[in-house]
Amino acid sequence: MSSFLTLPFWIGFLAATVRVATPLILATLGETFSERSGVLNLGIEGIMMFGAFAGFITVYLTKNLWLGVTLASLSGLLFGLFMAFLTVTLGLNQHVSGLGITIFATGLTYYFYRAIIGSPTVPPTITPFTAISIPLLSKIPIIGPVLFNQTIITYFALIAVPISGYLLFKTNFGLSIRSVGENPEAADAVGVNVYKIRYISLMIAGALMGLSGAFFTLAEFNMFLYDIVGGRGWVSIALVIFANWVPAKVFWGALLFGGIDAIGLRLQGTSISVPFQVYLMLPYVLTILVLIISARRASAPSALLKPYRRE
Amino acid sequence: MGLISVKLEKRNTPPVWFQIFAPFIAILISLAISSIFLLILKKNPFTAFYYMFVGAVGSKFALLEMLVKASPLILTGIAVAFAFTAKYWNIGAEGQLYAGALAATWFGLMKLPFSPVVYVLVIIVAGIVAGAIWSFIPGYLKAKLKVDDVVTTLLMNYVMIYIVSALLNGPWRDPVTMYPSSPSIAPNAYFPKLIPQSRLHLGIIISLLAVAFMWFIIKKTKLGFEIRATGASSRASNFLGINTVKSIIIVSIISGGIAGLAGVGEVAGVQYHLIQTISPGYGYSGIVIAMLGRLNPIGILLAAIYFAMVITGANVMSYNLHIPIYISDVIQGITLIVMLMMLLLFEYRIKIGRGK
Repeated sequence: MSSFLTLPFWIGFLAATVRVATPLILATLGETFSERSGVLNLGIEGIMMFGAFAGFITVYLTKNLWLGVTLASLSGLLFGLFMAFLTVTLGLNQHVSGLGITIFATGLTYYFYRAIIGSPTVPPTITPFTAISIPLLSKIPIIGPVLFNQTIITYFALIAVPISGYLLFKTNFGLSIRSVGENPEAADAVGVNVYKIRYISLMIAGALMGLSGAFFTLAEFNMFLYDIVGGRGWVSIALVIFANWVPAKVFWGALLFGGIDAIGLRLQGTSISVPFQVYLMLPYVLTILVLIISARRASAPSALLKPYRRE
Repeated sequence: MGLISVKLEKRNTPPVWFQIFAPFIAILISLAISSIFLLILKKNPFTAFYYMFVGAVGSKFALLEMLVKASPLILTGIAVAFAFTAKYWNIGAEGQLYAGALAATWFGLMKLPFSPVVYVLVIIVAGIVAGAIWSFIPGYLKAKLKVDDVVTTLLMNYVMIYIVSALLNGPWRDPVTMYPSSPSIAPNAYFPKLIPQSRLHLGIIISLLAVAFMWFIIKKTKLGFEIRATGASSRASNFLGINTVKSIIIVSIISGGIAGLAGVGEVAGVQYHLIQTISPGYGYSGIVIAMLGRLNPIGILLAAIYFAMVITGANVMSYNLHIPIYISDVIQGITLIVMLMMLLLFEYRIKIGRGK
């Protein structure tokens, strides 16, 4: 237990926290774009699953990590487009459309994985992204090894936070997204194309979710596993509420949950009396508790869940 | 934007024949779309669906196996439909099923000196109560504290599955095989077989009772009216003096209890012990079934039988044609989306024309 007091332990723990938080940051930013425009995207879990698969299978077949990341994001973008068709053009129930996409995308993932890979006893592996030390920055004590010795996807996630915040709150495009999510009639009246903005938001969201999924197979692990996303998509939906639909807070929320995950990973095996499943369920239990606390002050975009039909 | 413009025009309620046939049309369309994924693997869709159909109803054995699968699906479908009728988004039937299975196993392992009738009743009640409690938590949070129901019910699935995993890898681990499965429950807690030398058990009768129960509650009681009103418009319901907080809590309890029953049936009727894979996603299939059945008890019964055919048949199809078994999940996802699109035709006429 004395290892808890040493600096290397804490650096290792914090670096793991940032790593585990990466897919949560990406997916939650994606969901934030979607919900800010007025659409709850419950397709998130399935889109992440398909992204994990698309990234893996591309790299497995071509050995090209960048192509894997690109196709994973592209697959997410296409699912986002599909979600937009269902909920924006057709104005279907957002809950059921999203669940439909999750069931469909997950089914498709397993279907093609089994068709291409079969069911070997040991799942095949790829060579994943490795951590890149950023010159100079990685030499800063504590912060260096924690933040600046990560994989490229983590760097992208870290940069995506301020970019998303800037896009949503400092640009006309962001103003349009927020206005179609708050009051589509008024936005339409001043010349904002509600359908177009929602389509674009859902496609950005999908691409981020697809990339988030790819992190699991191309950086966190080096293989595809069934249920590899393991409910992280649903955690992201909760994190959006926790973060009050603000990207900067998404970052802190994701770190908090990454931390809990990382604690669980580190505590497993240190105690015989507590089954390891307790640590595994901790993030889910805590997400529920945080939801309860944040429910009171949560102010969702006013037009969330409401289809817009131009008369 | 775009080349095609889709216009929706409000319409009156469509003719009854259309309402009845809509799910069948949705099934045909979704099978046609699923064929694309069979063709990608260079499989003949007609051969595939033939094997699927024969695998589900081609023999007495297949038919009975299909009904064994149908009973949990009817229950999860009814469970979800109860909740969705009140627009309470219970996506947690999977976890509630596991809660029911856990309770049934717990009482079943006690080897109590009861007669079979009493013991079966005991584990049924235990399963209902466990599922209801697991569902009451998010229901209460939603109704009283406005905590998002979708997320809590979904996350609680994972929590329950880890609880079961902890039990199966810990105190309940089979001491003989050391395999993560519980020892067998007491034989006098087994569900009786309906047909000798088959696996068809009491569960299917319980499922049919659940269908009747839902029909009675929703259509014939004041509670059912309140549940429907809550789903139609919670503001109007409050105006009518309906306590929507109470309706949602009650609906969450009923929904969870019925999902818990599905878990009891799988333990006491099929496996006789608890395993991690006691449900291959029956709780999630319940969502598809509830929607395809249009939240109507008879519709759900038929939809559950259809998906029992798909799941059972997919096994046979997979075995004979080497098509991944997961085609049944693909079909479920597509059917849900197609059915949702069909429902749009209930409210609107769709005019497709050239874009501006």
